[in-house]
Amino acid sequence: MSLLKTEHIGMTFGGLKAVSDFSIEIKENELVGLIGPNGAGKTTIFNMLTGVYAPTEGKVLLGETVVNGKKPYQIVNLGLGRTFQNIRLFKGLTVLDNIKIAFHKDMSYTTLSAVFRGKKFWKEEKEIEIKARELLGLFNMEADAGALSSNLPYGKQRKLEICRALATNPKLLLLDEPAAGMNPQETKELMETIAFIREKFKVSILLIEHDMSLVMGICERIVVIDYGRMIAAGTPAEIKSNEKVIGAYLGQ
Amino acid sequence: MDKKVVSGYLKNITAIMVVYAIVFYLIQIKVINNYYNGILILAGIYIIVAASLNLATGYLGQLALGHAGFMAIGAYTAALFAIAVDLPKYVELVAGLILGGLMAGIFGLIIGIPALRLRGDYLGIVTLGFGEIIRIALLNLPFTGGAAGLKGIPRYVNFTEIYFLVVVVIAFLFAFIRSRHGRAILSIKEDEIAAESVGIPTTFYKVYGFVVSAFIAGVGGGALGFYQRILDPKKFNFMFSVEFFIIVVLGGMGSITGTIIAALALAFINEFLYSIDELRLVFYALTLIILMIFKPDGLLGRKEFSLIKLLNRFSKKTKIENAD
Amino acid sequence: MAQFIQQVINGLNVGSIYALIALGYTMVYGIVKLINFAHGDILMIGAYFGFFALATFNVPFGLALVVSMILCALVGMTIDRLAYKPLRNAPRISALITALGMSMLLQNLFRLLFGAQPRRMPAVIALKRIEIAPGIAISNLAIITILLSVGLMLLLEFIVKKTKTGKAMRAVSEDKSAAKLMGVNVDKTISITFAIGSALGAVGGLLYAINYYQVEPYMGMMPGLKAFVAAVLGGIGVIPGAMLGGFVIGLIETLTKGYVSTTWADAFVFGILIIVLIFKPAGILGKNTREKV
Repeated sequence: MSLLKTEHIGMTFGGLKAVSDFSIEIKENELVGLIGPNGAGKTTIFNMLTGVYAPTEGKVLLGETVVNGKKPYQIVNLGLGRTFQNIRLFKGLTVLDNIKIAFHKDMSYTTLSAVFRGKKFWKEEKEIEIKARELLGLFNMEADAGALSSNLPYGKQRKLEICRALATNPKLLLLDEPAAGMNPQETKELMETIAFIREKFKVSILLIEHDMSLVMGICERIVVIDYGRMIAAGTPAEIKSNEKVIGAYLGQ
Repeated sequence: MDKKVVSGYLKNITAIMVVYAIVFYLIQIKVINNYYNGILILAGIYIIVAASLNLATGYLGQLALGHAGFMAIGAYTAALFAIAVDLPKYVELVAGLILGGLMAGIFGLIIGIPALRLRGDYLGIVTLGFGEIIRIALLNLPFTGGAAGLKGIPRYVNFTEIYFLVVVVIAFLFAFIRSRHGRAILSIKEDEIAAESVGIPTTFYKVYGFVVSAFIAGVGGGALGFYQRILDPKKFNFMFSVEFFIIVVLGGMGSITGTIIAALALAFINEFLYSIDELRLVFYALTLIILMIFKPDGLLGRKEFSLIKLLNRFSKKTKIENAD
Repeated sequence: MAQFIQQVINGLNVGSIYALIALGYTMVYGIVKLINFAHGDILMIGAYFGFFALATFNVPFGLALVVSMILCALVGMTIDRLAYKPLRNAPRISALITALGMSMLLQNLFRLLFGAQPRRMPAVIALKRIEIAPGIAISNLAIITILLSVGLMLLLEFIVKKTKTGKAMRAVSEDKSAAKLMGVNVDKTISITFAIGSALGAVGGLLYAINYYQVEPYMGMMPGLKAFVAAVLGGIGVIPGAMLGGFVIGLIETLTKGYVSTTWADAFVFGILIIVLIFKPAGILGKNTREKV
């Protein structure tokens, strides 16, 4: 069964076609790369998938559900997590609180229970405290739990953002340029982290990336877009030798 | 509940009762005379309204400039209710405050649903305009007593009542903020798009936080009426809203204890500088500007002041010294 | 019918003043995305400068106007430099609070300096009523107000559209860093914007004071707020929108006063603001924008 399927989606901004006729299908436990030159429409596609924009054409399906027009948080609840190109952490809050916020939907105690510190409040708060620390532990960040997230080094901020997305328990994780701004060493660690996530959480991943060593090294399948259109799709080896792709990147 | 939590509660309750007993005793033996007692009561009302504004601005990150309007709605609702019915004092007081809060909350909902969809700076203007509408309405509606004010409100609020009302409101806010709901509200201030991307229904929580804030401001307004016995619609103007704003900024956006300290300080400063009003306001204005440039989160920032922690630290220190 | 036309004339009179003030809000918002709460008080300051020029130094109206414009331009630039510039990259709420503080500061500083008592504006323009039709009159003051406002708006439109400075202003409002890369002096351009907006505010303030015969420290608040409503109604950041909004608000206000109720007129204006923001948050001539993710 496919986790995500788009049918000819397109996005027009006041006469400008940013993306058109984009169809993709992602199955369980797949790792797909989405590449293309700057301004090709990659982030726009992410924003359509995550509900930030409603596509002006076509359908987005998560499992069996059509999610066009659904709010981003509703789409998260259907199992789609994401990170951002320019890291968006809750900077003024601690690392632990960043994660706890992502567990919001797993709790159900009411305001009344919170205010009177009812049984359900204590039970659920204790549960997510444990879960959040476990999650941080998996990424070797338990020591940073109490630190302000803005005080983390860059690489860890990226990791925390991925960690936070995983806390929403996604079936599919969208990573928007996870290696942006990283040095080769950090990129290498990131590749290991991604492999670990797939292993441990059994999620499918769709990632946008400019770092070709990363994309070619870990993706099983690559989709290339240019000027808002898909120009190629296939295995890394196929993409490497695809003339259209080479043309797009060299500007022909 | 584990032991630590229970002992924390006990410590807090003890501290609250001890402070109450001391101040109450000082009032009884007239060390705190009627004049200062009055300022204390006003300070209590300031604390309630400013804390409610802190929820909307400091925690939720929305600029709200019409809290005097919510206060006025609460004040008139509570007062008109108490004048209309004939019930025991505390029933009228509690029911009046709740009704006042509810009415303010309903208005908060009406104003919040459309306004909170907009970017933050528009909310400031909408709430400001709303506050003005309320003031004009109170001056002109047939049942509010008009410009002459609403008279004949029973005095139900004195030091004891306001003290425990403040305790309830502050305890409520602390419990609310330190829960999943509070975290959702905090995440919106930090980064709305990121909040939405981890499953927080941001629109809901924006409206919810704003309505709770309006509710509490309404309760504070109700208390003001029950203390002053007369309501003057001209009092609930833009400058009044701004005074609460100053308290929040001064005390720290996102610090409730900061709000308490700032409200107490300002209530007294206001009284002493009343005769030189323009100088007082120049001083406030300069404080706002300078704070924003050099310390935009306010004096305490997000820190909370804790007497118990302070005592603990002190006792630890003495223990270490004794061991030496 | 005669009464209606009379109300429309009065509405255009007030509306042109609102439009002048609204321009200042809209220009500043367009360029630094800040609601300059202190702009209403610039209007008050302009009125005071004009008042002193006219009442203390007995200069002719035209000179008083120019002096007041220049002084207000300087005040506007100074405010920007001292209070707003340090917060250019700060969260928006901090800048808004600063603007609020600045507004309070100006009001109360003037109250401290010149007292809270309103001062009577000298009748610089000998009031003449010109009957254009039976029951419809227009005062020479109203004619001057409307012509002066419209003239200044046309001048502004020319500056923004045709001059190099205007081009720089438009570039900075589109994208500050790109404008900088293209060699635009961003700080200078922002300063000029504040100067122009404040000078227009000074004219608005002086005309307002002459129309209502007085100056006082808090006089900027209400017209300032209404002008802001006008700017939002027209589409904030859009210069023709501010003019349109100003006239619309002026008309609505006088018509409400004339036909509905005097006491509720202000509530009506704010009610309109709320309704506009609900149904067309970008205003009549504004474009919808959204935050980039």
